[in-house]
Amino acid sequence: MMMLDDFMMRAALAGLGVALAAAPLGCFVVWRRMAYFGDATAHASILGVALALGFGVSVFAGALVVALIMAATVSTLSGRGYAMDTLLGVLAHSALAFGLVAVSFLQGVRIDLMGYLFGDILAVGKTDLAVIWGGAIIVVGLLVWRWQALLTATLNPDLAQASGIDPRHEQLGLTLALALVVAVAIKVVGVLLIAAMLIVPAAAARPMAHTPERMALIATVLAAGAAMGGLPVSFALDTPTGPTIVCIAAFIFALTTGAAAIGRASARG
Amino acid sequence: MSLIRTEGLGVQIGGTRILEHVDFAIERGEIVTIVGPNGSGKSTLLRAIIGAVKPTEGRVGRAPGLKIGYVPQKLHIDPTLPMTVGRFLNLPQRHPRAAIRSALERAGLPDLAGRQMTNLSGGQFQRVLLARALMNTPDLLILDEATQGLDQPGSAAFYQRIEEVRQSMGCAVLMVSHDLHVVMSASDRVICLNRHICCEGQPEHVAQAEEYRALFGSGTHGALALYRHTHDHAHDDGEGCTHSHDHDRDHEAAQ
Repeated sequence: MMMLDDFMMRAALAGLGVALAAAPLGCFVVWRRMAYFGDATAHASILGVALALGFGVSVFAGALVVALIMAATVSTLSGRGYAMDTLLGVLAHSALAFGLVAVSFLQGVRIDLMGYLFGDILAVGKTDLAVIWGGAIIVVGLLVWRWQALLTATLNPDLAQASGIDPRHEQLGLTLALALVVAVAIKVVGVLLIAAMLIVPAAAARPMAHTPERMALIATVLAAGAAMGGLPVSFALDTPTGPTIVCIAAFIFALTTGAAAIGRASARG
Repeated sequence: MSLIRTEGLGVQIGGTRILEHVDFAIERGEIVTIVGPNGSGKSTLLRAIIGAVKPTEGRVGRAPGLKIGYVPQKLHIDPTLPMTVGRFLNLPQRHPRAAIRSALERAGLPDLAGRQMTNLSGGQFQRVLLARALMNTPDLLILDEATQGLDQPGSAAFYQRIEEVRQSMGCAVLMVSHDLHVVMSASDRVICLNRHICCEGQPEHVAQAEEYRALFGSGTHGALALYRHTHDHAHDDGEGCTHSHDHDRDHEAAQ
């Protein structure tokens, strides 16, 4: 594994791994209007990072556990008639604030807070790489395995129920996958920008897709492209890598959406 | 054995009683229609039957291996979700291409497999929903106000199609409907629901029942008579229109 000794190679592989998991899952986040849900889960994970550092356990495990708790809390509350956008706004930002406060209590260990907020893809080690790809494979495996059921439940829960699919199980599966993606993506894009890796590629793929499968596939390719493009650009411009990747994804979104709008206008005119 | 049998079914949602003491059964090949004012628990009964709502009392029994085809009241497809007609028919199970093609032909939409669902007209959309529900040759077809938003000829054609489906596939049909006179013609049995089953039986019987008239007024009786009239002569003297509009208003008032 000589090639893994190069930090740029590890960074590229880490970016690809996150793109592979986040883009197709992000399609479901978009279709089900869970964008804010993704945000809340991601922001909460900084609290997990702080706790993990405080108790000396792995950051990945800490972030995963807190993301899971957050996702479970939101799922439980969502069926009970609360105004969801308000509730998610409260949870997302207070979790972030508690996380930041908790980090400030950590003495002795000097923590590069920026690294967790915006990611530090160039510092990805071999273990991180294994964790990222392990998580990505689990998420993609889950999506492929449950694809038809997930899609039916996303379209209409009653439609799924009538065919013997329990939409709550499918929702739970997506929630777990979301927590996992958050946990593995912290190192690459940081807690503030994970939601962008979920949503921006999916949104950019939408105008080019006629079926859900095509959209997931295109989103994955675009996300991988953004990750691969972001690395050299951030290297050349000396900019933070995570935000640069998201910027490139945003440019792709503007291109595809703009092209689709022009296509529609010329079809009318 | 009945396809579905509920015993003492009761449903409470958020402290409100939606259904109570519902004993209901549907047999193979039967067409049963549920009528009732808005808020009478029609949709909740259907949702309890498909398992989307848990009963708080009583139980819902299904025949072993029962296959249900479900046509929801409304299906909102999020604009972010690309979905062609052909892809939609492959949910939740995939089917061979030939099966999709023949399903679309039967639905009278042979060229639409590649069309986006969101670009269909109301009538086409409804026919695609029905075609999807029939893909796995269900034992029981459940329709929740499937003709909402269709005009009179559109919904008449839709119910005719249901009758053909019953003839050709032999499946039972359970539907909720507001088109009272169509209901009366198309059903073997009508159930009048208002939180509990007020009355049930053959359409003629139910239309005469006190409980039914108390809910729908005597205008409904006229609608039934009108239906029979038009059935013989196939013309519409306009009276049916005023009647059915009155029912709609009754329903709004009951809400």
